[in-house]
Amino acid sequence: MVLKYLIRENSYYDSVTLMIITREVKKIEGVKEVIVGMGTELNKELTGNLNLLTPELQKITPNDFFISLDSVDDNIAKKAFAFVDELLSKKKAESEDYQPSTFESALKYMPDANLVLISLPGKYAVREAKNALLNDKHVMLFSDNVPLEEEIDLKKLAKQRRLLMMGPDCGTAIINHVALAFSNVIRKGPIGIVGASGTGIQEVTVMIDKLGSGISQAIGTGGRDLKAKVGGIMMIEGLKALQNDPLTEVIVLISKPPDKEVARKVLSILKERQKPSVVYFAGGDPEVIKEYGSVPGLSLEDTARKAVAIAKGMSIKDFTGFTVTNINKIIQEETKKLNKKQRYIRGLYTGGTLCDEAMIILSALVGDIYSNIPLKPEGKLSDINKSYRHSLIDFGDDEFTRGKPHPMIDPYVRQERILSEVKDREIAIILMDFVLGFGSNSDPVGEMIPYIKKARKIAAKDGRHICMISSVCGTEADPQSLIGQEKKLKEEGVIVMPSNAQAVRLAAAIVLSRRNSQ
Amino acid sequence: MTRINELFQEELKIINMGLESFNENLKKQNVKTVQVDWKPPTRRNKKMLSLLDKLK
Repeated sequence: MVLKYLIRENSYYDSVTLMIITREVKKIEGVKEVIVGMGTELNKELTGNLNLLTPELQKITPNDFFISLDSVDDNIAKKAFAFVDELLSKKKAESEDYQPSTFESALKYMPDANLVLISLPGKYAVREAKNALLNDKHVMLFSDNVPLEEEIDLKKLAKQRRLLMMGPDCGTAIINHVALAFSNVIRKGPIGIVGASGTGIQEVTVMIDKLGSGISQAIGTGGRDLKAKVGGIMMIEGLKALQNDPLTEVIVLISKPPDKEVARKVLSILKERQKPSVVYFAGGDPEVIKEYGSVPGLSLEDTARKAVAIAKGMSIKDFTGFTVTNINKIIQEETKKLNKKQRYIRGLYTGGTLCDEAMIILSALVGDIYSNIPLKPEGKLSDINKSYRHSLIDFGDDEFTRGKPHPMIDPYVRQERILSEVKDREIAIILMDFVLGFGSNSDPVGEMIPYIKKARKIAAKDGRHICMISSVCGTEADPQSLIGQEKKLKEEGVIVMPSNAQAVRLAAAIVLSRRNSQ
Repeated sequence: MTRINELFQEELKIINMGLESFNENLKKQNVKTVQVDWKPPTRRNKKMLSLLDKLK
C-alpha cells in the first residue's frame, strides 16, 4: 500500500465535478482507492472509512481541495495526481466564458437576468436566494438542508415581491420550455403543472409527452410547501399564475400527502377559476378533491392520462391497469421461474416520489411495505442498509445523499445494494426506476448493467431466477434517448414497463400469482 | 399581471450559482446564462458577511 495525498487550500470545486474526477481516476490501473474532494466532515469520514485519512488531512477545512490515494507504487500515484490536474484544467478550458465571483458582479454582467438557479451548500444558499429576491429575480433553489423557518421567510419575501421562489429542495422545473436542474425535454402543450415533488413532476410530464400532449409550464415548489407551517405559499402563487396564463388550459397539482387544511386552501383557490384541473396528492382522499370540483389522479400516470383526456376533450376514466398487451403471459412466465421460497419485492429507487407512489400501490395489493421513507412509522427499516420482507428504498433520501451527489447522478449506492439484495433467497423481484433528462447521469442504465449481470450470476449460482422489472422516466428528446436506454434493459432480460405505476402493479401481480400457486 | 406571468413571456436569462453541470445543460438548450465562480467564504469573510447581514 502506497498512501499519497495532496492538499490545496482555498480551492473550490463542486461535488459533481469532483465525483466525476474520482471515478475517472479509479479507472487507472494500479489505483486501489481514491477520493478527490473538498475537506468536508463527511468527506473526511469517507476517507477514514477507506483507510485514506492522514493526520494532515484531518486538519483541512471545507474550503480546501484534497486528493487521497492508495496505489500499488509511487509512479501510479504521480500519474494519478497529474491526471486530476489534467481533468481540472480541461474543465477550466471548457468554461471559457467569463465567470464573475459573486452574485453582485454576475448581476452587473447580466442585469436583465430574470432567474437565479442556486445549488450551493444549504447554509450559503439561503443568503444568495434572499439576495436574488431582493434584486427582483425569480429563484430556483435546488439546495436542501435549509431550515423550515428560512424557507418560510424566503417564500413570504417572494410572495410580497410577486416572484417565484421554487424550493428549497426543488429538483425539477420547466419554465418557458427550458428544463431546469433535473428535468426532461417535454413538448409544448396546454397543461400547466405545479408540483411539490421533483420526480413526481418528471413522471407526469413524461407521461403527458408520451400520450401526445405537452406542457405550458412546470413550476416546482420544493417538497415542504404544503406542510402546515409553510401553508402552500408557492403552490398557491404558482397556481394563480397558471390560472392567469392564456397558454394553460388544464392545471395539474402534484404533492406528497399535504397538510389537510393546506390542501383545502389550495383546492378552494383552484375552484375559484374555471380552468379544469387534476390533482395528485399522494395517498390523499380522492373524495376531498372531487368535493372542490377537481379530478383526483390515482397515480402519476393516471394524473397525466386524465389531464391529457381533458386537454383533448375526451372522456375521463380511471386508469389502474396495463397498456402492455401480453401482460398475462409475462405474469405466468415469470411466476413459473420462481421457486417456492421466493416471495418478496425489493424496490431500488432513485426518485423519491416514484418510491412513494410504489409504496402506495403495493401496500394496497400485497400488504406491509418497509422503507427508509415509510408511509407509516411502523414500516421504517431499523437499518436502512438491510431490507426486510417487501422493502422499497429511496436512495435519494438525505440519509444516503449527505455530502454526495444524488443517485440519479451517482449510481454507486444502488449498484452495491443490488448485489447484497440478491443474496437474500426470499426475494422474487427487483424493481428499479431509471430517470432520464437533463441533470441525470448520461447513461443511467449503462451504469447499472454490469451490476444487473453480477446480480443475476449470484442468484444463478444456487439456481434462482430473479425477476427484474423497471420503468424509464424519459422521452426520446432527452439527452440519453429513451429507446436506447430501454433497449439495454431488455437485452439483459429486464422487463420494461411504460410507467412506474404499471411496473409496480406487475411486481404485485407476480407476487400474488406466486402466492396463489402454492 | 404578476411578475410570474411576465416571466412566462420573457426569454429566460439565468444566473447559475453552484453545480456547473446545470449551467452546461442550460447552454445546451441555448439559454443565456452566467456561471458564478462561487467559493465558500473564508473565516474572515464569514465574520464580515454576518455583520453585513445584520445591517440589512
